[in-house]
Amino acid sequence: MTASTVLQSILDPAGPQAAYISRLWWLMLWVTTIVFVLVLGFLAAALLRRRRATSEQSLARAVVAAVGATVVILFGLLIASVWTGRAVASLGATSAVTIEIVGHQFWWEVQFDDADPSRRVTTANELHVPVGRPVVLKVTSRDVIHSFWAPNLHGKRDLIPGYTTAIWIQADRPAVYRAQCAEFCGKQHAHMALDVVAETEAQFERWLDAQRKPAAEPANESEARGRDAFMRRQCVLCHSIRGTLARGLVGPDLTHLASRGKLAAGTLPNTRGHLGGWIMNSQEIKPGNLMPPNLMTSDELQSLLTYLEILK
Amino acid sequence: MNSERELPPVLVDEAQLERTWADEPGLAGWLTSVDHKSIGIRYIATAFVFFLGGGVLALLMRIQLARPDNAFLGPDLYNQIFSTHGSNMMFLFAVPILQGLGIYFVPLMVGARAIAFPRLVAYSYWLYLAGGIFLWVSFLVNVGPDVGWFAYAPLSETLYTASKRPDVWAQMITFTEVASLAVAVSIVTTAFKMRAPGMSLNRMPIFVWAQVVTSFMVMFAMPAVMMASTALILDRLVNTHFFDVERGGDALLWQHLFWFFGHPEVYIIFIPGTGLVSTLVTTFSRRPMFGYLAVVLSLVATAFIGFGLWVHHMFATGLPQLGESFFTAASIMIAIPTGAQFFCWIATMWSGRLSFKTPFVWMLGFFVVFLIGGLSGVMVAAVPLDIQVHDTYFVVAHLHYVLIGGAVFPLFAAFYYWFPKITGRMLSEPLGMASFGLFFAGFNVVFFPMHVLGLHGMPRRIYTYLPETGWGSLNLLATAGVVLMTFGVLVFIADALRAWRAGVIAADNPWEAGTLEWATSSPPPNSNFVHLPTVAGRDPIWDNPPDQPVVVGLRSDKRDVLVTHVLDAEPDHRTIFPEPSQWPLLTALATTALFIGSIFTPRAVPYGAVPLFVTMTGWFWPKEAGETGTQQWPIEHRTLPRPNEEPGKAA
Repeated sequence: MTASTVLQSILDPAGPQAAYISRLWWLMLWVTTIVFVLVLGFLAAALLRRRRATSEQSLARAVVAAVGATVVILFGLLIASVWTGRAVASLGATSAVTIEIVGHQFWWEVQFDDADPSRRVTTANELHVPVGRPVVLKVTSRDVIHSFWAPNLHGKRDLIPGYTTAIWIQADRPAVYRAQCAEFCGKQHAHMALDVVAETEAQFERWLDAQRKPAAEPANESEARGRDAFMRRQCVLCHSIRGTLARGLVGPDLTHLASRGKLAAGTLPNTRGHLGGWIMNSQEIKPGNLMPPNLMTSDELQSLLTYLEILK
Repeated sequence: MNSERELPPVLVDEAQLERTWADEPGLAGWLTSVDHKSIGIRYIATAFVFFLGGGVLALLMRIQLARPDNAFLGPDLYNQIFSTHGSNMMFLFAVPILQGLGIYFVPLMVGARAIAFPRLVAYSYWLYLAGGIFLWVSFLVNVGPDVGWFAYAPLSETLYTASKRPDVWAQMITFTEVASLAVAVSIVTTAFKMRAPGMSLNRMPIFVWAQVVTSFMVMFAMPAVMMASTALILDRLVNTHFFDVERGGDALLWQHLFWFFGHPEVYIIFIPGTGLVSTLVTTFSRRPMFGYLAVVLSLVATAFIGFGLWVHHMFATGLPQLGESFFTAASIMIAIPTGAQFFCWIATMWSGRLSFKTPFVWMLGFFVVFLIGGLSGVMVAAVPLDIQVHDTYFVVAHLHYVLIGGAVFPLFAAFYYWFPKITGRMLSEPLGMASFGLFFAGFNVVFFPMHVLGLHGMPRRIYTYLPETGWGSLNLLATAGVVLMTFGVLVFIADALRAWRAGVIAADNPWEAGTLEWATSSPPPNSNFVHLPTVAGRDPIWDNPPDQPVVVGLRSDKRDVLVTHVLDAEPDHRTIFPEPSQWPLLTALATTALFIGSIFTPRAVPYGAVPLFVTMTGWFWPKEAGETGTQQWPIEHRTLPRPNEEPGKAA
């Protein structure tokens, strides 16, 4: 990992859009706080003042003035909102990176397109972006509605089956930003996160090149047995490992599984122990996810893990 | 007027009038009652029980979220709990309890003997009860809805949720919406055609206005959600493809239909709340409402604008920016009529002689809580800010400030205010203050930190969260606040149970209020008013001169009801209202069989129509014409004879 993980917060913007929005937030907070204090102040005065006659006319003037002030304040906020909306939507389009995100129950498929099919990259639950460059995210869903939300970078965008929409994001400093599904999508909506890894241009290119390579070949007997186990078992029905016969499209692509920081859509650190537990019975960890339990001997599991660990 | 003409007697036979309007005795009487007061109390009590049930679900959710990676509830149960909590609170608590207050008080406030279409109202209650029991029994046998109170397609489609849980949700909608449409029609008719002579539209109490405006919103909003939920059931039952993307359906269509109802629903809950606030402000400021016209127009404006902002629930779906700006403008605009009402209330209190009784104090809680909810509402109306906080705990905080602030605080105020009228006994002032203090403090401890949680990135509808998110401590604080809220409600319940049997006997008008429900005894007689009142101002008890005439000439041996003109409430004609009837209950049972059967097989619709036809035939069977009774007098207003005065002076 290039930098420490930043907690998801809209008050700690790391890109131009989140920055615009956070400024709108502070404006709104101040204005509404002042309005709150004023209204409650008048209420308190109405409750506590010494009783003396007030003419209906002066009351009417006060009410009309207050409504007038409300209209003016609201109109100001409307202008601020529309202005922020335009600023957020119009980011420079030069040399943008285009990345497709496809939502699944309960994980994210991330695709880097390329005119040359052999250079296309598919990965899961980790979004690498170069710092300082606009990134166009084209988002859709394969099953139910999900929502992509990296609060430090931008507001959310729903991933809706049958629709593909696009938003811009841009990260201004290298860090790992946590994104999380924000539209209720079923049993494991709570455990559907994604790390946005913002890194320098050079690191990003290096990472992309590495991802383009097919999967590593087993170098010893244990690793070869692990790969055999993968191909023989039901794993192959759902998962892909480029460069092998595994071409399943239901679950995450595992070609470079070992290069990823987290398992199970941002739920567990990617360690051998967690991966083993996940393979044996992921239902214990993420009940209701779509991966079935796998019964295998300890030997078989160990060699499978050994193989998966070389998929860097 | 021709003084030669024989005039009807001024004094009615009270005993006969009471017998005429009484329910039949015993259990049969309870099951066949068409008295708006009994049905109103049933609505309020039933909805309050559902409120407690929904509160228990909330408590379970707060326990689960008190710390990260908690294993108290699994995702399957948690999803059922939050979906049932939301559906229950919206459809089984908030709307019905406010309509229940309308059923009880609108006829009294307009000075009528009964509610219009009394059998329809009775039917609506049984249907509502059946829908509520259906939802809760389903939940208790593990078939509770688990796709949210909004049931977004395609998650709610068979492909992703094969169980009957979404069907239970969708059919519960049908139950409650048919019921609330029936109530809406009755309330509008009562308010428009059964007002006391002299209560022209511009003298109608603001609470009644609020009920009328809400009822119109119900009539326009509910069909959208019934259509949507029916289409969903069809998708699930007979493989139509309204929302099923694989076969050409559209996932966004559901959201448009749902929120076209779902946003007005907020105002359906909030507008009666403001009506209550206006009533209480007037009574406890001991002066007429300042800016009556502005407040009424604000209610109407809110209702209209309320239909123009459903898209602000869909800002994250990626609609075109220009369209979104329109809905931002509409969403911000709705703050103007609400602001106008706030200022009129403050002006009324400013110039009134305040009386700090429990109902008034609960209503002050509304001011603080709802103001926060309204201001955070302005924030979420702005597209850029909304796409950040949408579907986070910020919105959970916002909506609870709006709904608990806008409806529950006014409701508790109304409980304290009207308890003496309904039961004839007073609730305890000190216990009422204690209950308010606990509930108000607890509410803010529970929900205020959720704003911050949302800003820190916590999404809604998650059954747990990882420790490294840092959301643990604020969640624990929120859970702790639930204890205070719970005690606040328990104090109220204990006091209500005590006062019901042993409370201080209430006067007819303990708060010295000005509206007509206080012009009759506490509790009101079966006929509501022994002498049907007429009205000389907006607050009849305050404005009527001592010699204000009453309506005479209505029969006391039949359920004779005066029907008046819409605008001026001049007497129009009279009509005989129905006696207690078993048909509303039987028709509701037949409807229930059809609704529940139809989630299992489409055949339930044609087969279920047969008993429904039979019961409806019984309901509409014509009564014998030409019944005779006492003389049919022309409707007159006349002054009630006072001591030492010659009776019979025509007004």
